[in-house]
Amino acid sequence: MATTAIPHEPVARTEHQELPFIRKYIFATDHKIIGIQFLIMSLLFLFVGGLLAMMIRWQLGFPETPMPGGTVLPETMAPGGILLPEFYNSLVTMHGTLMVFFAIMPLLVGVFGNYLIPLKIGAPDMAFPRLNMWSFWIAVPAGILMLAGFFVEGGHAAAGWTAYAPLSAKGEFSGVFAGQQLWLLSLAVLGLSSILGATNYITTIVNLRAPGMTWFRLPLSIWSLFITAILVLLAIPILSGAAIMLFFDQTIGTHFFDPTAGGQPLLWQHLFWYFGHPEVYILILPAMGMVSDIIANGSRKPLFGYHSMIYALIAIAFLGWIVWGHHMFQSGMNPTLGMGFMVTTMLIAVPSAIKVFNWMGTMWRGNIRFHVPMLHAVSFVAMFVIGGLSGIFMASTPVDIYIHDTYFIVAHIHYVLFGGSLFALFGAITFWYPKMFGRMMNVFWGRVHWFLTFVFFNLTFFPMHNLGVGGHMRRLYDPSEYEFLQPLAGTNRFITVSALLLFTVQIIFALNFVISLFKGKRAPENPWDDNGLEWTVPSPPPHGNFVTTPTVYRPPYEFSSPLVEEDHLPQDRDLGQKTDPASAPGTG
Amino acid sequence: MTFDGTPPANPAIDMTEEPECVAKYADGPVDPVVVVNDGMLANVFIRVTAGLPAGPYPIPSQPATIDQNGCLYTPRVLGVMVGQPFEITNSDPLLHNIKAVPSESRGFNISQPRAMTTTRTFKTPEVMVPLECNVHGWMNAYVGVTDHPYFATSAEDGSFAITGLPAGTYTIEAWHETLGKRMMEAEVVEGGTVSVTFVYGSTT
Amino acid sequence: MSWMLPPSASTFAGDIDFLYYLILVITGVAFVVVEVGLIWFIIKYRSRPGRKAYYTHGSVRAEFIWTAIPAVTVVAIGILSAPVWTHVKGRFSAPADALIYRVTAKQFEWNFTHPGLDGTLDTDDDFTIRNRLHVPVNRPVLVRLVSEDVIHSFFVPAFRVKQDVVPGLNTQVWFEATRTGEFELGCAELCGLGHYRMRAMVTVHDADDYERWLASRATTTALR
Ligand code: HEM
Ligand SMILES: [Cu+2]
Ligand SMILES: [Cu+2]
Ligand SMILES: [Cu+2]
Repeated sequence: MATTAIPHEPVARTEHQELPFIRKYIFATDHKIIGIQFLIMSLLFLFVGGLLAMMIRWQLGFPETPMPGGTVLPETMAPGGILLPEFYNSLVTMHGTLMVFFAIMPLLVGVFGNYLIPLKIGAPDMAFPRLNMWSFWIAVPAGILMLAGFFVEGGHAAAGWTAYAPLSAKGEFSGVFAGQQLWLLSLAVLGLSSILGATNYITTIVNLRAPGMTWFRLPLSIWSLFITAILVLLAIPILSGAAIMLFFDQTIGTHFFDPTAGGQPLLWQHLFWYFGHPEVYILILPAMGMVSDIIANGSRKPLFGYHSMIYALIAIAFLGWIVWGHHMFQSGMNPTLGMGFMVTTMLIAVPSAIKVFNWMGTMWRGNIRFHVPMLHAVSFVAMFVIGGLSGIFMASTPVDIYIHDTYFIVAHIHYVLFGGSLFALFGAITFWYPKMFGRMMNVFWGRVHWFLTFVFFNLTFFPMHNLGVGGHMRRLYDPSEYEFLQPLAGTNRFITVSALLLFTVQIIFALNFVISLFKGKRAPENPWDDNGLEWTVPSPPPHGNFVTTPTVYRPPYEFSSPLVEEDHLPQDRDLGQKTDPASAPGTG
Repeated sequence: MTFDGTPPANPAIDMTEEPECVAKYADGPVDPVVVVNDGMLANVFIRVTAGLPAGPYPIPSQPATIDQNGCLYTPRVLGVMVGQPFEITNSDPLLHNIKAVPSESRGFNISQPRAMTTTRTFKTPEVMVPLECNVHGWMNAYVGVTDHPYFATSAEDGSFAITGLPAGTYTIEAWHETLGKRMMEAEVVEGGTVSVTFVYGSTT
Repeated sequence: MSWMLPPSASTFAGDIDFLYYLILVITGVAFVVVEVGLIWFIIKYRSRPGRKAYYTHGSVRAEFIWTAIPAVTVVAIGILSAPVWTHVKGRFSAPADALIYRVTAKQFEWNFTHPGLDGTLDTDDDFTIRNRLHVPVNRPVLVRLVSEDVIHSFFVPAFRVKQDVVPGLNTQVWFEATRTGEFELGCAELCGLGHYRMRAMVTVHDADDYERWLASRATTTALR
C-alpha cells in the first residue's frame, strides 16, 4: 500500500441544488444522514432490547408476582401478568439477539462507520453512496422481520441468541415454528446489509483518503472501523450460510444439524462461533478506536503508543479467528482441541492488556478535561478491564468446567458489551452529537446520566459474577427450583432492583438527546478543541462535507504540541516552515 | 364396553420427586393404563366413522376439559371437535407442559408453571392425538379430534352414549390405547335407542 | 454475595478450585492496579488552568514491560491449567476401574441406568431410575451421556463437573465423590421450556450402604 493517498475530485459538492425531502432524509445517499438513520433505528432497538431485559429481570427477582403492566401481554406470553417459561426463553433469546445485532452492532458500525469515515479521512462521501443507502434500507426490513416473530403462532425464537441445534432446528422440541424461521431470515437479510456496508467502508478508506492522510495518520477510530469492516466481510457470510442451512433444516428437511438423519449438532456450534467470536470483536474494536480518540482529546495528549495500539488491533483481529472453540470447551468437542483453544484465548488477552495500559499511559501526565464523553471513555476502560479479567477465568479450561453456562458468563458479556461497547457509545454519541446535529447536549444532565448509569451498571452486573461462582446457571426461568440456588434469591432481587433503576435513568439520556436537538446551545465548529478533520467543517457539515479537499500534515493526536501555543494542533493546519517532529517518520 | 378375563396390572409410578403429587394418593400412584371395574372397561374412545350425513356440524361452544391433578391427566381419554375450545387445567402447584403430538398436523407445546387454565383449539381432525408432559415422562393422555359431534368416551363403569344421531346405519369404532380398535355396525331408527357392546379381553 | 466457591465433593475439585483462587488473586491484583491507577490519574492529572500536558508519543520500554508481564502471566495460567484439564476431561482420563453408568437425557428428565449388583453396564441386573443417581463414595464413576432429543448439560456443582449431552454424540464424564450425602444435579444448557426444572439428585453412599441399597433395589425390581 502506498503511503500517500490518491488525491481525488470532490464530486458531490459541485452540483449543489436542493434535493427533494425524500431523497435528502429518507432514501438518502449522504453518509451523514444514513449514519443518523442508523442512529435512530438502533437506539429504538436498544430501547426494545432493554425493555425485554426488564421483563427477564422481573421474573428472576419476583417470580410469583404479576409484572406491572404485564396484563397487556396476551395469554400466550404472560397469563395474569406472570411470564410463561416459553415466553421467558423467547425474551432471553430476543434480548441477546436485538442487543447484539440490532443495537450495538449497527450503533458502532452503521452509525459511526458511516458518519465518521468520510469526515475523518477528508472525503466528500462514501465510495458508493447508493450502496450505502441500500445497506440501511435492507437493515430496516431485517428489523421488521425480527420484530414480527413476536406476533406469530408458537411465539418467537426461544433457543437462545446462539440458537443451538437441534432445539432451534425442530419446532417439535420448542413449540416454536415461524418465530425461529423469521429469526433466521432476518439475520440472513441483515447480513446482506452488513456486507454492503463493510465493502463500502473498506473501499472508502483505501481509496478516498485526503492528500497527506497516510495510513499512520489515520485516527484509531478509522483504523478500528477498517479492521472491523474486514472482520464483518469475512465473518458475516459464515453466519448467513449457517442461518440458511438451519432454515433449510426447518423448512425443507435438509438435516444438516439433525443427528437422527446424519446431521451434526456441533456443526452448528462450530459455524456459529467461527462467526461468533470475530463478531464479539466487531462489537468492541470500533468502541476501542473511538475511546482512543476521546481519551487522547480528554487527556490533551498524543495517544500513548499509537503504533502499538494499531498492532494490537490487528493482533486481536487475527487471533480472533482462532479462539472460537473457547465457547465449546464443554460441548463434547475433542478435549485436546480445547487445550489449543485455551492457549490462543489466553494469548488474545495480551493485546487487550496492551490497549488498557496504553490508554492509562495516555492519561498519565495529561491535563485531563472531564467532559461527558471523557467520563464515558474512562468508564469504558475501567469496565473493559473487568470484562477482560473475567475472560481469563473462562479461558482456563478447568475453571470453565464449573463456570461455563452460568451467570459468570452473563457478567462477562455485560462487562465487555455494556461496560465496554455501550459506555464507549455513550462517549461517542455525546462527543459527535454537536457535529451531527449542530447543538450541544446539556452538560449537567449528561453528567447525571453518566454517574447514575455507572453506579447502577455495576450494581446490576457485578453481583452476577458471584451468582456464577455460586453455580447459578444462565437462562433459568425460576432458579428457586434448585435448593442450592435458593440462598441466591436475595442477590437476584437486588440485581433486579438495580436493573430497573439502570433502565429508568436512561430516560435522562433520551430526554437530553431529544431536547438538545431543539434547545441545545448552537455547536461551534470545534467544541472539544480536537484535531480531526471533521472539526474543521461547520456543525452539521454540509452535503459533500469539505469546501476544498483538506490536506493532512500530521498524525491525529497532536495535543499539547510544543510547536503551538494552544494545546491542540489540527491535522490540516499548515505550519509552513516550522518543522513538525511528529510528521517525521519513525516517531510515535 | 366389557372386558373379559383378568385385566393386566397397571404399573406403579415412582413419583417421589413430586411430593405435592404423591400426597394426593393414599396407596401410591399407579398409571391407569387399563381401567376395568366389574368387567367394564373405561377410557375407550368411541366414535362414528361411517354413515353420517355430510357436515359441517355445529361446533359446541362448551369447552372440552382436561385436568392435570396429582401429576396425572383426568380424563385420560377424551374427545373434542375441531374448533371446539379445549380447556387445559393445572391443579398442581408445579410445572406441567402440555405437548400435543399429532401426526397429521402441527402440534403445540405449552407450559403451565403453576395452577392455571389455558385454552387451545385443534384445527385438524385426528384420532388420537397423544398429549404428553415432558417434565413427568409418565403423564399421557389421548385426545380424539373429530370433525363431528358423534363421539363418546367410556366411563368408569364402561358405559357410553352417543346422542342425537339421525336414523341410519353407522359404523362405530372403539379405540383403546393398548387394547386396540374394535368396529361395529349399528342401525338407528328415528327416536329410538340402540345398544352396542364392544368386547375386549385379556385373551383377544 | 461471595467469591468463595461452594463446598466441593470430588477428587479433582481441589485442583479446579486452586486454579480458580489463583486466577482470582492474579486478576484481583491486576484489577486493583488498573483501577487505582485510573483513579489516581484522574485526580492527579485533572485539568488545571495554565498547565499543559506532557507531550510524548509513548515509550517502547514501558510498552515492552506491560506486554511482557501479562503475556508471561497468562501463559503461566495456561501451563498450570493444562494438566488439570487433561486429568478431568482428557479423552482417556477416566480411571480404568471406574464404575460405568449411563445417563439418558431427554426433555426434561434424566434417566440414570445403574450398573446393578454386578457392577457392569448392559447386563440383566441393570436398572434405570428417573432423576436420581446413586453412586458409591471414593470410587471413580464414569457416566456415559446420551441425549434423545436436544442438547442438555450434565452439571453437578459440588463435583465441579459439567458436560454437554449431545444427541448423536457419545460424550462421557467421570468423577470420584469424596463425601457421602445428597448433591443436586442440574441441566446447564437451555433445552426448552422445562429447562429450569430439569434437575436430579445424586446420592453418594458409603461402600456398605451402596451395596445394601443395591440389594434392596434388586428385590423391589424382582417383585415387579
Ligand atoms: C480478554 C479478552 C477475552 C477473553 C479471554 C474472553 C474469553 C471468553 C470465553 C472463554 C468465553 C466462553 C465462556 C463460556 O461460555 O464458558 C467468552 C464468552 C463471551 N465473550 Fe469473551 N473474552 C474476552 C473478551 C471479550 C470481548 C471483548 C467481548 C465482546 C465485546 C466478549 C464477548 C463475549 C460474549 C458475548 C460471550 C458469551 C457468548 C454466549 O455464550 O452467549 N469477550 N469469552
Ligand atoms: Cu469468544
Ligand atoms: Cu407434568
Ligand atoms: Cu436444559
